[in-house]
Amino acid sequence: MSSANPIEALLTAARPRAVAALLRNFRDLDMAEDAFQEACLKALQTWPVNGPPRDAAAWLIFVGRNVALDRLRRSRKEDALPDEAQMSDLEDAEDSMAERIDGTHYRDDILRLLFVCCNPVLPVAQQIALALRVVSGLSVKEIARAFLVSEAAMEQRITRAKRRVGESEIPFETPGAVERAERLRAVATVIYLIFNEGYAATGGTAHIKAPLCEEAIRLARLLLRLFNAEPEVMGLTALLLLQHARAAARLDAEGAIVVLEDQDRTRWDKGAIAEALIMLEKAVRHHQPGPYQIQAAIAALHAQAARPEDTDWLQIELLYRTLEQIEPSPVITLNRAVATNKVRGAAAALALIEPLAEPLGSYFYFHGARGAFLLQLGREAEAKTSFDRAIACANTAAEAAHIRTQIDRFIKDNKPNLARS
Amino acid sequence: MQYAVLCYHSEDAVCAWTKEEDDAVMARLMEVHGRFAKTGKLGPVARLMPTTAATTLRKTNEPAVILDGPFAETKEQLLGFYVVEGDTLEDVLAFVRELGDANPGGAYEVRPIGLYLPGTSNAGAA
Repeated sequence: MSSANPIEALLTAARPRAVAALLRNFRDLDMAEDAFQEACLKALQTWPVNGPPRDAAAWLIFVGRNVALDRLRRSRKEDALPDEAQMSDLEDAEDSMAERIDGTHYRDDILRLLFVCCNPVLPVAQQIALALRVVSGLSVKEIARAFLVSEAAMEQRITRAKRRVGESEIPFETPGAVERAERLRAVATVIYLIFNEGYAATGGTAHIKAPLCEEAIRLARLLLRLFNAEPEVMGLTALLLLQHARAAARLDAEGAIVVLEDQDRTRWDKGAIAEALIMLEKAVRHHQPGPYQIQAAIAALHAQAARPEDTDWLQIELLYRTLEQIEPSPVITLNRAVATNKVRGAAAALALIEPLAEPLGSYFYFHGARGAFLLQLGREAEAKTSFDRAIACANTAAEAAHIRTQIDRFIKDNKPNLARS
Repeated sequence: MQYAVLCYHSEDAVCAWTKEEDDAVMARLMEVHGRFAKTGKLGPVARLMPTTAATTLRKTNEPAVILDGPFAETKEQLLGFYVVEGDTLEDVLAFVRELGDANPGGAYEVRPIGLYLPGTSNAGAA
């Protein structure tokens, strides 16, 4: 990812642009990656001595391309042409190179690279893995650790993904408006999924994987810089910033889940929240609402409540209704039910989620929420069954422990709970 | 004479810092600020949000056109600024050199201030 070393930070930041341009040149992911690696090695040798170039990405593209071309020539058993003159002329060449790649090429190159990784011929897990490997430059070891599989298995998964991508037809010409919008949507989805994987891990001991969340935010920022007037990209970036702003308060010292209501709000990242609110405000000015903007608006309402009781649940329920209309999904209905519970009570919430038992039968949050609603209604035996189901569906130890704590709490204050209902 | 010290850096690089790295740079800068503030010559200091948070008002024709972002195509973006008091340019440059040591990469531009109205926004609100 990144490092305190300023040169490594520059290399990390330049990676998507450089690999994207090299991919356009060679139309081969492995080759583009290798060329970028070689260029980085050269950078680590020369930059500390000569200082970093004005445009790191342009330098890396130029050097990487020469290295790869040289290798191609050699592999074709032709005489390698000496590139010495070109190399010593790097300053001038870099200028013209920068000139050439500074335009709209950048946008299309990176979008194409992201799109190649988000190829629908691949299962979603492979899309995420490939994007993390190729675009972000995470090592196979890091990705394997994030997905809790062995390094060898992840290596194989990525190799297979690359092969499938190589076999599928990838359009390399500049995408048209419609295609670009489609790609943007696919890419935004993968960034969202990378974040989700970090926000609530699908397995293992760690419930939150902060590096994945940070990487997703970095990619969202990159996308926003490329498409800085796209309200949904603003919405996505705002959403990720808002959700990640709560990270420090979401787990206690023992790693147990702290629900939103119980979180120490002083531990939320105020800087990130402020930036997200600005971004959301800018997005809304465009009058083109979309799912990310609405989700960000919901997260913003939570972030703006100084105390849990200040939360504007009415507004949140309305936003979930809107979201449900644009993008009907049982998970969204489930979330809306949580807001409904606050606004109209547990009976209304329960009625809303009963039809979801089929589609969400193995979803941890469904059984958790259902158990909580039933508990509020005093139907404790049924609540117990729901909580047991939730434990069986838990993805991480923290999720299972969270439900067990709820049950323990219930057994302890059984009476007050009954009285309240 | 008052000077504005404008801080430019590659936004890509700065946004690639992790929270820990960012905190480390800020801690080093705070140390330099603290020392200079004791001389009584350090004015307001501001760190700007990323350029993607910017909105631009262009007054080239009526009505003014409001756009997203500065559409910063420059290699380095304005990420923050200082207002400092200096008897000579050299005084200011000495401070800026220390900032540069604390904050890797990027560039600082030192520009004399032509007009400075401190606290006018507060006065307006009161």
